[in-house]
Amino acid sequence: MSKKLIELKNISKSFGSNLVIDELDLYIRENEFVTLLGPSGCGKTTLLRIIGGFEKPDIGQVFFDGCDITKLPPNQRQVNTVFQKYALFTHMTVAENIAFGLRIKKKDDDYIKEKIRYALDLVNLPGFENRMPDSLSGGQQQRIAIARAIVNEPKVLLLDEPLGALDLKLRQEMQYELIRLKNELGITFIYVTHDQEEALTMSDTIVVMNQGYIQQIGTPEDIYNEPENAFVADFIGESNIIDGIMVRDRLVRIGGKDFECVDEGFEENENVDVVIRPEDVELGSVEGGYITGEVVSIIFKGVHYEIQVKSDIGITFMVQTTQNFPVGSHVGINVIPDNFQIMHKPQSEDEEIMNKDEAVKDEHES
Amino acid sequence: MNRKRTRFLSTPYILWIVGFTVIPLLFVFAKAFTDQSGTFTFGNVTAIFDSVHRKALLLSVELAFISSLICILISYPAALIIKASGVSNKKTIMFIMILPMWMNFILRILAIQMLISSNGIINHFLTVLGISPMSIINTPVAIVIGMVYDYLPYMLLPVLNCVLAIPEDIIEASKDLGANRFHVLTKILLPLSLSGIGSGITMVFVPSMTEFVIANILGGGKIQLLGNIIEQEFSVSMNWNLGSGLSVTLMIFVLLTTVIFGRTTSESDRGFVI
Repeated sequence: MSKKLIELKNISKSFGSNLVIDELDLYIRENEFVTLLGPSGCGKTTLLRIIGGFEKPDIGQVFFDGCDITKLPPNQRQVNTVFQKYALFTHMTVAENIAFGLRIKKKDDDYIKEKIRYALDLVNLPGFENRMPDSLSGGQQQRIAIARAIVNEPKVLLLDEPLGALDLKLRQEMQYELIRLKNELGITFIYVTHDQEEALTMSDTIVVMNQGYIQQIGTPEDIYNEPENAFVADFIGESNIIDGIMVRDRLVRIGGKDFECVDEGFEENENVDVVIRPEDVELGSVEGGYITGEVVSIIFKGVHYEIQVKSDIGITFMVQTTQNFPVGSHVGINVIPDNFQIMHKPQSEDEEIMNKDEAVKDEHES
Repeated sequence: MNRKRTRFLSTPYILWIVGFTVIPLLFVFAKAFTDQSGTFTFGNVTAIFDSVHRKALLLSVELAFISSLICILISYPAALIIKASGVSNKKTIMFIMILPMWMNFILRILAIQMLISSNGIINHFLTVLGISPMSIINTPVAIVIGMVYDYLPYMLLPVLNCVLAIPEDIIEASKDLGANRFHVLTKILLPLSLSGIGSGITMVFVPSMTEFVIANILGGGKIQLLGNIIEQEFSVSMNWNLGSGLSVTLMIFVLLTTVIFGRTTSESDRGFVI
């Protein structure tokens, strides 16, 4: 395992009476692609700005390579940032933009020239030296912003929703570009986004945040397949989140019906949240189904259909399948034991906050 | 869109411009290039090279330049401070700063006269404090004070607008790339505010250069700016031809400065000035 490069200890930050980050601890290893993922207002951007030096935490410390950099201003930190709106210097050419940091460090002209060429090659925009930022497309501007940051050879690159303003196609292209860049440069990327797909595609590690708390840290596979709570399950992809009772190890009761699962270590008859991913609900003939249901709606989504099935145990499942089941048809429903994800009901303060968030969301929806 | 109709709508403005700008200008030019008997001459225009007129023109340029410079030196830091201040309603601050403009400018100049004249309020206080009184009234300094006081809002407004429009993330990006406060000022803030400073200079320099009322009141009639000479040619000497000739020269100077500063403005918009 590579060493810890950045360590955040007991960080709290509030703006006015609004507590944005609450006693947060986090470390980031060398050469990791870490994504801070969460809904807007979860504190992810503030956390990034604390690492970049643009905000001072109210309490807590930031360590970089073992040194306390909490009070160090941004211009003295070995990190560079790629901003959401590119923040290119509109009064300078592309080359002058890229050279900005190097000129301040008083590098010689040959070195700077070589670096500009190298950086433009790296972001696939060779020959753009004398263009003005205004004459570039959004995607090109973002590449220049990345080039401008990496010529300074930072140990860490901070990216604040850098693809947020781009269209879908370009965003997907840039995701691959960023992965390639990260591998070529061999530096740490800390990436902030609210887009779970972006996070799953690019990250080595995902930090899911909500309301200033870290909800879960793990690999994309961990986060997707083994969400630790209903918030994570709901935020990462779509899910059926159902109330259940853990009858005993490996047996969960949903809507009065017992299902086999693989989870253990719960108390007998404990109330739990059960998460089933829509693609894990299998539909088939009525005879072959463990339970049955009726198709309520079906929407074509391109790769798959999204189907709502009202089951005879009173629960409506969201299902994603490539098969077409007409509205009103009766189907059998199966879920294999591996695909039940059982979670404790929220008890701790962190998780209660998550529920508050849910409540707010419900209000908005109603 | 019906072009005839839109053209018709512009008629009042065209009439206004022709009646109150073009025709009077033609009169001025006609007077400028003729002598009092009506024969054609360059004499009124070349009269600028007479030593009295040349001195007045140079003093006008000098005072206008100094006033513009002082206005920049006051406005720019003020704009930066307002930008940096956490005040959410920056328009209110702007409003307060231009509030003096609501008062008649001659009244304001008379107020300045009351403050700085030999028996004025400031000297009164200095005497009370046992400090020897200053004599700045009737000097070029007094005129500069008047000009700065009068024209400061015309510098402050464009500069402030320009500085406030600089996005915060560009400043943060420069810091992120290693810029200290000095770099941020010289490489980011100043280049990006050139257009505001440019239009501010035009709005302060031009009226300062053609000024004569402030010079009359605060200069005590002893200090002759080109504006004063022109005014006297029209009102005292009744030599309208010479007055018009000098006006045309002054106009050319004003035009030149506008072109120079106008170029800075448009260039900084395109981003060529660093």
